[in-house]
Amino acid sequence: MSLAYPHQSSSSVERPGWRKLVGFNIFTGIIGAVIGYIIGWYIGKALTTTPYYEYIRVNTLEDDLALILAYSFGVIGFLVGMGFANYPVGRMLGRPASLREKETGGAWRYFGLSTDHKVVGIQYLVGVGFFFFVGGLNAMLIRTELLHNTPEFVGPEKYLTIVGLHSVVMLGTLTSAVLGPFANYFVPIMIGARRMAFPRIEALTFWLLMAAGVILLSTIFFGGFPTGWTGYEPLNDQALMGMDSYILFFALVGISMVLLGMNMIVTIVTMRAPGVTWGRLPIFCWATFVTAVLMVLAAPMLIGTLLMAALDRAIGTSFFLTLGGGSAYLFENLFWFFGHPEVYVLALPGFGLILEMLPVFARKPLWGYRIAVAGFLGVGLMSFFVWQHHLFVSGINADLRPFYMLSTEIISIPTGFVFLAFIGTIWRSRITFTVPMLFCFAWAFNFLIGGASGVVLSDVPTNAQLHGSFFVIAHFHYTIMGGLGFAFVGAIYYYVPKMFGFKLNERIGKFQFWAMFLTFNATFLPIFALGLKGMARRVTFYPADLITLNRVVSIAAYLLFASMLLLVYNVVYSLVFERERATDNPWHSKGMEWQVPTPVPVDNFPDKIPDMRDFDPYDYGVPVSGGGAAPAPAGAGA
Amino acid sequence: MDEINHGRRFTIIWAVCTIIAVPLVIWVLGPNLGYGEASNAGEDQATTLTVLAAIATPFLLLVGLYLVYAAMFFRQPRGQMLEGPAVRDDAKVQISWIVVTSITVLILAVYGSVALIQNYGDGTGSGASPLNRPSHVGLRVQVIGQQWTWTYRWPEYGGVETPGIEIPVNTMIEFNVTSLDVIHSWTVKELGIKADANPQVNNIAFAEPNRLLSFEYRCTELCGIWHGAMYGFGRVVTRPQFEEWIHKMQIKYRPAEKYLPPFALTYQPKFGSHRAGFEEES
Repeated sequence: MSLAYPHQSSSSVERPGWRKLVGFNIFTGIIGAVIGYIIGWYIGKALTTTPYYEYIRVNTLEDDLALILAYSFGVIGFLVGMGFANYPVGRMLGRPASLREKETGGAWRYFGLSTDHKVVGIQYLVGVGFFFFVGGLNAMLIRTELLHNTPEFVGPEKYLTIVGLHSVVMLGTLTSAVLGPFANYFVPIMIGARRMAFPRIEALTFWLLMAAGVILLSTIFFGGFPTGWTGYEPLNDQALMGMDSYILFFALVGISMVLLGMNMIVTIVTMRAPGVTWGRLPIFCWATFVTAVLMVLAAPMLIGTLLMAALDRAIGTSFFLTLGGGSAYLFENLFWFFGHPEVYVLALPGFGLILEMLPVFARKPLWGYRIAVAGFLGVGLMSFFVWQHHLFVSGINADLRPFYMLSTEIISIPTGFVFLAFIGTIWRSRITFTVPMLFCFAWAFNFLIGGASGVVLSDVPTNAQLHGSFFVIAHFHYTIMGGLGFAFVGAIYYYVPKMFGFKLNERIGKFQFWAMFLTFNATFLPIFALGLKGMARRVTFYPADLITLNRVVSIAAYLLFASMLLLVYNVVYSLVFERERATDNPWHSKGMEWQVPTPVPVDNFPDKIPDMRDFDPYDYGVPVSGGGAAPAPAGAGA
Repeated sequence: MDEINHGRRFTIIWAVCTIIAVPLVIWVLGPNLGYGEASNAGEDQATTLTVLAAIATPFLLLVGLYLVYAAMFFRQPRGQMLEGPAVRDDAKVQISWIVVTSITVLILAVYGSVALIQNYGDGTGSGASPLNRPSHVGLRVQVIGQQWTWTYRWPEYGGVETPGIEIPVNTMIEFNVTSLDVIHSWTVKELGIKADANPQVNNIAFAEPNRLLSFEYRCTELCGIWHGAMYGFGRVVTRPQFEEWIHKMQIKYRPAEKYLPPFALTYQPKFGSHRAGFEEES
């Protein structure tokens, strides 16, 4: 147990190697997980043999209750092994309060509970990167199966599991792709704070996500799951035990989201340094804040819904089963009430990153700060009023469809604000096309196509043609991969010098950008065409005349995957072969995160919290007299 | 500050491209959108796709061309580090942007809603009791989804259940879509029909085929491992051909009738769950 006080040298530094292994870290965590799993399994098995359980469970072949309890106890055991119980228990035993754990101590601190937000940020980057890779591998398997129009590679059952894994890994872990690494690392620095509001909870969100990821991947040992990421009932209920992995994964991701969101909200509300008023908060912090609110409001719906699904599966309730008085509509309704804010949880941090990077390389202040913030708030608010556009053909509330059509189309107005801020910022600017700036432009192009195709899908008559087709796939890959994904990779190039102290190679970076941008579009533009030709989602059988187009897509997708591996290559190359040490502020940014030294001290601001009353993160450009040279993006009156 | 009036120059470029592109979208791309327009719903959907593509084009060009324009003309001179003008906003531009996007969005929503109501749901599943029903329904057919096949029952022909479907041309048809197990979705792209098949829900869609053709029906809601194989082919035929076909079917499937439940709008699911205590019905 290491309850170090601020500035006290951590005891772990002097400990011998074997002592580190039995301390509270990932190894003891894994041991705790195994013990918890075994305990949970036997409790579940014991409960299954009680007379009551025999009564309600007539036709049972599987051990859902045992597996769900095993997973739950396994997670608890893992967290205890990681040391998350030490502090609460210590406090109950009367030990003094402390804020800090494992903030120093070399590479070892990355394998345990660390209360340094910068350590957690890097943990997140590696963890999310790993699951991004796993999701990408699954995408490659999908594309390989679709080389033929009949199931010849993995077969229909494994195919559905692979589709499910791809989508769930991506949607579950990428919710934290920006807030995890970049917001955890940079929001405290941007607002002039020394740490997050709840450092232990911050660490908890990361380790919960990792535990959830392992649970999800373990689905392959229990038969996989056939439902895709939506997990619709009653197929969910009918599925094998692998479905329980999905349920536990998403529920844990939901808990992680709520905690992460709450931590961000409290940090941004209460810990801003003097001068960081709401009107001067960096735009990335605003995006983080709105995303965090969406997480806190939407994710509990997911957790509750999945709990109901788990009860249906394990102990014979029938919330979603029509024969027992439940409703399959209920699941769809509840799921999408979470599901639609969720897609904006994926999109908004990308907006924030792009608008944060843009002024640096345009050498102009962020144009339209207030309208961009209004855009975030508008998107956040409206995202709770559109969810039934996913259910236009389901027959649920059919007479309300004009309302959902309107609300969905209205959400494109605040999204347009973000584009306006982008357009205004680069008007008459002085652009340097560094790798992050290239990614900003690519974001604008991709999200434009994603947004326009979204308007097509929001219209009921066209939705009737395109719902459930490959057009939808192309649409959300343009918004999530083309939007969030490109912002994420751009932000890696932008922030690695600050996080790790070296610069990624610019030449390889540019090559990687063009490879990624071109192959991304070569992959997903033809998918629009496939959708317009009527290719349905999640099928292993499709009309023979679509084989050629599918093969084009598959080849482009392989190259896209290769371009992502190029990013890994760039990291290795820049780290090992041609290491260029980064200066404190290689991009000449005015943001607070670039004014602190590299590597960032444990306390961010060791002496005292900065006075930011005269600080302006977007203090670029030369003053213009009278404002007469105001930008007039000409076609704005289109 | 350079001499070029970027605003005017970009506006001209954009206007010229728009004037060229929009007719191309309407008359070259438009006819290729949509799957066949073999019903009132399919026709309207294809038209809507064209309209949306035409409305989106100026916006796509605006941002797309602007990105290219900015990348070409708003560059940092090589080897220098100049700052741009420190302009932070412009109320006029922002207000006009808001007005233009809002008006466009409202037009789209009104257009979509009118199309939806005029065409009786435009071929989509509109729930058990659609507010807006056509007065001239000429035929009712029940579409039943189950893992992993579609069957059809004909209430006006004694509730006979057939494994295939033929429907008469120029007749407003009411499709009652339901499921016996999980959620499916009955999609006929040629006729512009898409309606989810939910257990214990009667989901109604209307469409009026306007030409003779054979069509493909397919499940488009993930329903288990053979979801992709849940498709088949039907035909739109003349009314006499249809009558002949359905009478043949009535004779052929009469022996099966005693195993069928009486015709109803929904049926007890085959199982609620294989685990939750509901035995399969005998």
